[in-house]
Amino acid sequence: MVENAERLRAADLITAIKSAGIRFIVALPDRTTSEYLLKPMLADPELRVVQICKEDEGVSICSGLYAAGQRALLLMQHTGLLDSINALRGVAVEGQNPVCMMVGLLSKEPGVLPTQSKRYGIRIVEPVLDAMQIEHHLIEAPDDVEKVVPAIEAAYARSMPVVMLIGREPL
Amino acid sequence: MMKRDQCLKVLARHRTDEIVVAVYQAAQEWLHLSPSDLNYTFTGAMGQGSSHALGIALGRPDKRVVVLDGDGSLLMNLGTLVTIAHAAPKNLVHCLCQNGTYETNGAVDIPGRGKLSFPGLAREAGYPKTYAFANLDEWERAVDGILQEDGPVFVDLHVEPGEHYPEDFQRLYDIEYRERFRRALAKA
Repeated sequence: MVENAERLRAADLITAIKSAGIRFIVALPDRTTSEYLLKPMLADPELRVVQICKEDEGVSICSGLYAAGQRALLLMQHTGLLDSINALRGVAVEGQNPVCMMVGLLSKEPGVLPTQSKRYGIRIVEPVLDAMQIEHHLIEAPDDVEKVVPAIEAAYARSMPVVMLIGREPL
Repeated sequence: MMKRDQCLKVLARHRTDEIVVAVYQAAQEWLHLSPSDLNYTFTGAMGQGSSHALGIALGRPDKRVVVLDGDGSLLMNLGTLVTIAHAAPKNLVHCLCQNGTYETNGAVDIPGRGKLSFPGLAREAGYPKTYAFANLDEWERAVDGILQEDGPVFVDLHVEPGEHYPEDFQRLYDIEYRERFRRALAKA
């Protein structure tokens, strides 16, 4: 129980996402976020979830929604982020599209910084984003929810992408 | 087989206020044939045109969106057919300029040239309506109806290079034109 009180709450994340004006969720299921983020979103009448087959599609769908005056969030796993590097390069960064992403760090050890993980796939995520000059934030503890709205607002103000790395499964 | 610019001229003649998302050779020609602030060519990476179009169609269900995709491009993002069919935007017309080659990249044949059925793929993915045209007169007779039909509609256009138009890749991805598109669409 004590541990659960210190866990990131999915409901708080959804509230923050909505507060930032997001109404479209573009998503591929990710083990870190499927149960408590994506499934409630699929059932939420205030959100339209667009299910995709591959993550790079999502980068472009979010950009099309931006062109149409809508705000969107792309939900995926870090493996999908790594698979979408060319779309992030061409569509999000060079195309100056405010693609907002929540990315589950599958199997990251709780409380361990991503760059200190024993897992190669996790360790490289932040350095890759740094090399691409993509803003990123780690969302792992309950207080980290406060980062969500400013991160999304900044992305739209700068018309540049942002990645929120979900370090542990929210409850 | 239709000359691509002739085929696109037919669409341009019947265009009213549709948004047109175009990629590669079709985009280069379309910007000359049907100039408009509602042309969207800022797709950023190969294969992504139909995904941008889906986003625009979902974001503005009151506007018709036509995407001029390429066969090499579509092969790079085949899952888009399933994604679009599942999202089921009624206002999206997915046109494929099928030339059988990677024309921009040296005109090498696509894999499966002559064997693949793109309308078959679209149909099996769940597009409720698919068409194929290799004849200009038939395309001209059908285009008005297709532009008004409930989507997503898939239109396979069998084309070959026609007249040459100047290429301008800078213009295709220019952020200033993208912003112009956003402003025009916000007012439309």
